Parts: sequence; structure tokens; C-alpha cells
Amino acid sequence: MPEAPTGSPARSGDVLIAVGTMKGAFLFSSAPDRSDWQMDGPHFPGEEVYAMALDSRGGSNILWAAPGNPFFGTTLLRSDDLGATWSGKDERPVRFPEESGLSLERIWQIRPGPAEEPDRMWLGVEPTCLFESTDGGDSWAPVQGFLEHEHRERWTPGKGGLCMHTIIPHATDSERMLVAFSTGGVYGTDDGGRSWAPRNTGVRAEFLPDKHPEFGQCVHKVAYHPDRPERLFLQNHWGLYRSDDWASSWQDVANGVPSDFGFGMAVHPHDPDTVYIVPLESDGFRCTPEAKLRVYRTRDAGGSWRPLTRGLPQKDAYETVLRDALDVDALAPAGVYFGTRSGKVFASSDDGDSWDMVIEGLPPVVCVKASVLA
Amino acid sequence: MDLPLEMSGGGDEGVVVLLPGQLRDLTGGEARVHVDEPADTVGALFQLLRATHPAVYDRIFTERREVRPHVNVFVDGADIRWVGGLETPVRPRSEVVVIPAVSGG
Repeated sequence: MPEAPTGSPARSGDVLIAVGTMKGAFLFSSAPDRSDWQMDGPHFPGEEVYAMALDSRGGSNILWAAPGNPFFGTTLLRSDDLGATWSGKDERPVRFPEESGLSLERIWQIRPGPAEEPDRMWLGVEPTCLFESTDGGDSWAPVQGFLEHEHRERWTPGKGGLCMHTIIPHATDSERMLVAFSTGGVYGTDDGGRSWAPRNTGVRAEFLPDKHPEFGQCVHKVAYHPDRPERLFLQNHWGLYRSDDWASSWQDVANGVPSDFGFGMAVHPHDPDTVYIVPLESDGFRCTPEAKLRVYRTRDAGGSWRPLTRGLPQKDAYETVLRDALDVDALAPAGVYFGTRSGKVFASSDDGDSWDMVIEGLPPVVCVKASVLA
Repeated sequence: MDLPLEMSGGGDEGVVVLLPGQLRDLTGGEARVHVDEPADTVGALFQLLRATHPAVYDRIFTERREVRPHVNVFVDGADIRWVGGLETPVRPRSEVVVIPAVSGG
């Protein structure tokens, strides 16, 4: 067993990349120039870590992780010292009610709430459900309106399971929220979670006889920028979309990409028209097209996409970037980060114009979350 | 899996539950948990364990109070899935062993 990690040495203003893998979690930190990365880990060796988050609201840095394994299940842990110690092992706060007939398989998303509500948090879990905490993560309860949704019996798991991977609270209206899950698609509430309706108009479901059902789409990720509160971008299981009306309708924006299949998606921290994706060849061959590892960037909200290749392997690169393995930091120019199933992590400190490999040889990367420490 | 070569039972009336390495950080490093209260079945035994070691119970059981699919429980050497499930009888000095199944990569 590897030596116990000591916690990240990162300080206020540094950048922290939390990397979850199939066999543990790793923390990478750097000064704001993002030129020299220090690794700490593995945390939870042997455990899969699909969800991590750094919550810096209120000026403290609380690191969250959801390690688990197929034997003994998933739990939610918290560190107040950047991974030197973790609390919560003796608790199991994320539980379905026994009468629901459901049991927690995996936590896919940890989403701190808005800055003005520092005790509010959400989780997206498998089987698909939204959990909410109003006490800073000490206790959790499923959002009843979603748990008891009339469509639940007709939602079916994709290859990754019936997973809720995206949680987007509206930037200006606390009653409105969107979630996305595979398969089911995008659902929204306008009444604080009491009722939920599908929001998939225009999104294809290539794997169903009816290509445009009300719900049942295999949405892989939805990305959002709070400065443009009605706009969203969506990476589908085949399909790349934008909505300008808070998911009431979606338009195809796969303009100039080698494939509109992919998983990860992130919006630039300071430009809501700039979005990053990593296209994959197909659902049958989930690898980078032409064996070239290319991040694609649009600067005009999907009107056109350009490949970013400087520093990325352009030969024999059969890589896969999964849905939560692409993220941005909040600095300017922006840091952009992604991890691959082959265990590589790449970083850009110039909006994606050029890239460096942070590390290779990790277990398969399933989660990359970048943050600037408070 | 570092099970002892020779496994001993609990006290005169008690039952010992042997836990795998992955769960021992929940017991202060102890591989064995003694349940001294009487229980007729392994299901009742685990409910007693739940009272003293809730985190261990939650790792072995789902919210539906079912043994997790990739966890095997043996009573005196017999896999409970084939001899009565949670109704499998336990006796004083029975040995209950929890072992993760061989699966995954």
C-alpha cells in the first residue's frame, strides 16, 4: 500500500487540480503561473473517485470527495486541510429512504451552492437523483420532487449507469435549476425542486426509434456561465448543442468538429462565448479521432470550433476524456485541464493555446476539478 | 485478504465477526468484532452489530437492508446465500466472516 499522503501544500491564490481516478484521488497544486505542479496522493488508494469539489465559499477551503468501490459502496468525505485528513468515514449521510426501494450506487457530482447560501450544497447520484444539504454537507436528503418523479421507471441506465452528472442552479433565480443525467436528459424546475419537467426539445436520441422523444436522451454534460444566465451548452451522446432560452429549446452547433460525440465540456471562466470540448470518434470507438489528441474551442458560442494541439500528442494518441475530466480554473488567462482514461493529465495556462502534460501513469482519470484556493 | 489461519470464536455465548482489511479503519484496526448479545440468525446478529458499529453495517448492507451484491458472508464456513440468507442460524461461538467477492479490475 502506498504511503499515506500528507495533504496538498497549496496556499491561498494557488491553483489546485483535484483528480479522481478509478483507483484513488490525487491533488496537484501550483503557484498562479501554473508552471510547476506538486502532487499529493494517492488518497483512498484502490477506491474509485468519480466526484470531487473544492468549496471556497466564505474564504475557507473545504475539499470534498466521494470514494467508493463495488464491494462496500460510496461515501462522502470532507477535508479541511487539503487532504491531510478526511472526516466522515464513520458516517453514511447520503442514503435513499428505505421505502424508495433504491440504494446508492455512486456519487457523480458534488456541487456547492451559490455564494450567498454558504450552507447549501447538492449532489448528483446514481441511481439518478438530486440530494440537497442545507447545513454545509453534514446531512443530506433527496429532493422529493425528483425522487418521486413519474418518469423514474422509464429512465434507463447508460453504459456508465443511471447517473446524474450535471447540476446547474440558475444564476439569478433561486427557484430555477437544471439537472442532466444519462439516460433521461435535461430536466428543470421553476419552483425550487417541487416539480421537474424534461427540457430536451431539439436534442437527438440516436439510439431510440423516436429520435426526438420528450425525454430519454443520453446527455453527457451541460456547461453554463453565470454571466449569460439563459444560455447553456450541451455535449450529447451524438450531438453538440446550445440553448439560449434556459433549455426550452436546443440548436445544433457542431460546426467544424471531427465528431459530435464526446463527454467533457467546460465554459471559459471569463468569456461565456468560449467553450472547450474533446471530441471522440464514436460511441463504438470512444477514442480521439485520427489518433490525435485535440481540444476544440469555440470563441463564438458554437458558430465555429478550432482544434488546439500545441503540446498535445498528434500521433498514435487513442485517448478518451470522460464527462467530468475537463475543467477550467478562474484565472486570467484561464487554466484549462483534462485527464484521460490512460492516466494522463494535461494543463494549459493560456486559455488552451498551448498545453503541458502534468503527469502520466495515473489510473484511469474520471474526474478533474480545478480551483483557485481562497 | 489476511484472514488468520486459525479463527477462534467469541466468548462462551458470543459470536465473532471477522472483517476484511477494507473495513478495519472503522473498528480501530480490529479484524474481529465480538457480539456478545444472543442472536438466533445472522440477520439478527448484524442488527446487533449495527447498534455498536453502524458504519461497518452500512458498508455491508444497502439502504434496503440487503447484503451488498459483491460482499459475501459466511457462517461457520457456509455462504449464507446458499443456506438461508439472513435467516441462516448462528450459534454461540459461531464464526461469521465478511469477505469482498472477487470481481473488478
